[in-house]
Amino acid sequence: MSGPSSYQPQNAVLKWVERRLPIGGLIHSSFIVYPTPRNLNYWWTFGAILSFMLGVQILTGIILAMHYTPHADLAFKSVEGIMRDVNYGWLLRYLHSNGASMFFIAVYIHMFRGLYYGSYKEPREILWILGVIIYLLMMATGFMGYVLPWGQMSFWGATVITNLFSAIPYVGESIVTLLWGGYAVGNPTLNRFFSLHYLLPFVIAGVVVLHIWALHVAGQNNPAGVEPQTEKDTVPFTPYATIKDAFGISCFLLFYAWFLFYTPNFLGDPDNYIVANPGVTPAHIVPEWYYLPFYAILRSIPSKLGGVVAMFSAILVLAFLPWLDGAKARSSRYRPLSRQFFWIFVVVCLVLGWLGAQPPEGIYVVAGRILTAYYFFHFLILLPVLSRIETARPLPNSIADDVLGKAGKLKTAASALAIFGLAGLLLVGGTGTSRAEDAHSQPTPPSLKWSFAGPFGKYDQAQLQRGLKVYKEVCAACHSLNYIAFRNIADPGGPGYSEAQAAGLAGEYKVKDGPNDQGEMFERPGRPADYFPAPFPNEQAARAANGGAAPPDLSLMAKARGYERGFPQFVFDLFLQFQEKGPNYITALLQGYEDAPKGFTLPAGSNYNKFFSGHAIGMPNPLSDGQVTFDDGSPATVKQYATDVSAFLMWTAEPKLEARKRLGFQVMIFLLVLSVLLYFTKRRVWANAH
Amino acid sequence: MTTSTSAEPTRRDFLYIATGAVAGVGAVATAWPLISQMNPDASTIAAGAPIDVDLSPITEGQAIKVFWRGKPIYIMNRTKKQIEEARAVNVASLPDPQTDQARVKEGHDQWLIVIGICTHLGCIPIAHEGNYDGFFCPCHGSQYDSSGRIRQGPAPANLPLPPYAFTADTKIKIG
Repeated sequence: MSGPSSYQPQNAVLKWVERRLPIGGLIHSSFIVYPTPRNLNYWWTFGAILSFMLGVQILTGIILAMHYTPHADLAFKSVEGIMRDVNYGWLLRYLHSNGASMFFIAVYIHMFRGLYYGSYKEPREILWILGVIIYLLMMATGFMGYVLPWGQMSFWGATVITNLFSAIPYVGESIVTLLWGGYAVGNPTLNRFFSLHYLLPFVIAGVVVLHIWALHVAGQNNPAGVEPQTEKDTVPFTPYATIKDAFGISCFLLFYAWFLFYTPNFLGDPDNYIVANPGVTPAHIVPEWYYLPFYAILRSIPSKLGGVVAMFSAILVLAFLPWLDGAKARSSRYRPLSRQFFWIFVVVCLVLGWLGAQPPEGIYVVAGRILTAYYFFHFLILLPVLSRIETARPLPNSIADDVLGKAGKLKTAASALAIFGLAGLLLVGGTGTSRAEDAHSQPTPPSLKWSFAGPFGKYDQAQLQRGLKVYKEVCAACHSLNYIAFRNIADPGGPGYSEAQAAGLAGEYKVKDGPNDQGEMFERPGRPADYFPAPFPNEQAARAANGGAAPPDLSLMAKARGYERGFPQFVFDLFLQFQEKGPNYITALLQGYEDAPKGFTLPAGSNYNKFFSGHAIGMPNPLSDGQVTFDDGSPATVKQYATDVSAFLMWTAEPKLEARKRLGFQVMIFLLVLSVLLYFTKRRVWANAH
Repeated sequence: MTTSTSAEPTRRDFLYIATGAVAGVGAVATAWPLISQMNPDASTIAAGAPIDVDLSPITEGQAIKVFWRGKPIYIMNRTKKQIEEARAVNVASLPDPQTDQARVKEGHDQWLIVIGICTHLGCIPIAHEGNYDGFFCPCHGSQYDSSGRIRQGPAPANLPLPPYAFTADTKIKIG
């Protein structure tokens, strides 16, 4: 982007505009003729992928905000409304929630790329610092977005993170009250988080413009780490970088679509499908996977203020990197020692992430402290010293020489594999092990064969109908289904009843309505638009009738419950698209009632269940053989009831599962075709450059 | 740009066009859910189910307003005078010619049931006002007669009738 723009509009209107606002010239020089080093590898496409993901997040976010209600009483329900009722709402929400994870995966690769190839070095210091600012803004945005669904993890995550500020001496408590807008996390907090979550992406977009501007002034770094000297070292942005980025984005979309359509909740926490409850804290409060390394650093310091300072320092230290690393050679490719320490650092970050998901006890604490120390040692001592004593291997004379030399091709591929492997570990480590404590006392229930499992899974309608019958005749005595309307049982992908049958079922129920023109509440027969009513008028009544424990709503049970899968099971889960933790757990729980073994002291008022965490559950065994009769001749056994009602609860938790899998298959085929076409087009285009 | 024009525009051009076309199809297909989400959602559609209205408390000369699908529906128990006035008009002289008989259900001549939304720009007319013993829209001065037909002002059409049926002598189902 040096020198005056070479843009010469031919069209009279464009000429007229260009004299007054030279935006055409700006676009032309930035994205068409802009010279890019010709040796860029695929690690460089993550910049384009990030721009694309920012666009996806803003677009889907704006749409979700059209359907979302930022009120403490309504937020959770409005999110479920998006998942169940809004046209393609499930798709938009999963795009957005998984998009956040994809965004962070891409940004971490982008950042490690910068670290490895010395992209922060002179003259790119401001470019790098702007990147650190973007990263901080992303963390704030991601955190506030996670709070919006107002689930248990949202609420308690907000409580914990805002309480970080209480560590500030003297004014901490006042600052936390200021952040909350109340005496605890509540509606004002949710309102302001929504407002800021909507605002910050546009701030990010603004800083991204500065980031790209700075990039285009300094020019792109490249794997050789030497500046372009002649025309031969660069190629024009369009078509060369454009088509390469398009191919990169397409491949990334395949990766994204895998999560989105087949394991959309793999990266989320089941607790967030339980509505926020200020009276109960989840057993473990874990942040989203992308914050885990910093969470580990926070917990490693045995001091409130110290932990907070360490956590923020861990991010801010990045901004000083250009001055901490004094090496002349940019690329670690030519710095044998630095390269080894780079990979050690990558591993340390990943293990810190894994530790962040572990309970803060025993060996985990010790390991966390050592690795936290190493994290800072790497930046503050190792890099400054190493960069001043290490002798770099000879750099290539020019980028053109580097391309002809073909050095490091294989290593790049190997390092790509290593990163993906380790990133996979981090991902699954983050989510899969968050319930390690439960695993100590809870045997893993056997995995069943479900018709809805796998990429082409569908609900077994007969099973759903039997499950509905079990719910109606047994579970409904205590539990509600607040998010299922009578009309839903006639929805495609549901139990397959007709609309008349749905209306008939609704008519069997009495629904409280009113006030009428006399100002009185009254009862009327249910209509298809009504929701399955709760058996108790309110929570207090439910508690009173059940020895103090309110029976939870069952609509989201299959998503909100799960059990520890453990290593290495969770690695396979991602590839096998295992999503049946919840139904397996429910089935097992319903069949897990036994007499307490000798030596087990059962607390008063509870029952022994071998599959329940701690084995003591308040709910008495609800099922016995012969309790419900099925019209289709299925055996009237507890096993059959448990399996059927678990399948039914899976449907109530995810009514759009069939639609999701069907659309996913189409999208995967489309993306495969597109990626192959883009690959060949890219090869054709680049053939001109070699 | 260094796009070199090839001498034989065959396989390469086909590849470029195919890639562009597939990407284009993807872009269009992506737009579908993004736009479709704006349509009424399933709970809104379900809430638009027919409603039952009991007419017995509405005395002669009285009008009530009920809501169906977010729209105000006027239910007017017309007086003898109002019915006569509505039927005495020369239909041909009306801006939107329609007989009063066509606007009520046979045998239920006193019940005028109209969607109370001015056909001009969507304001809500006030019942029992204006020069024609019917409805008056204060926004831009449209006047409707006791049959809900436009008589004066900028509105182009009569007040529309909602779909409804008498389920009993004093009961209707709207929708």
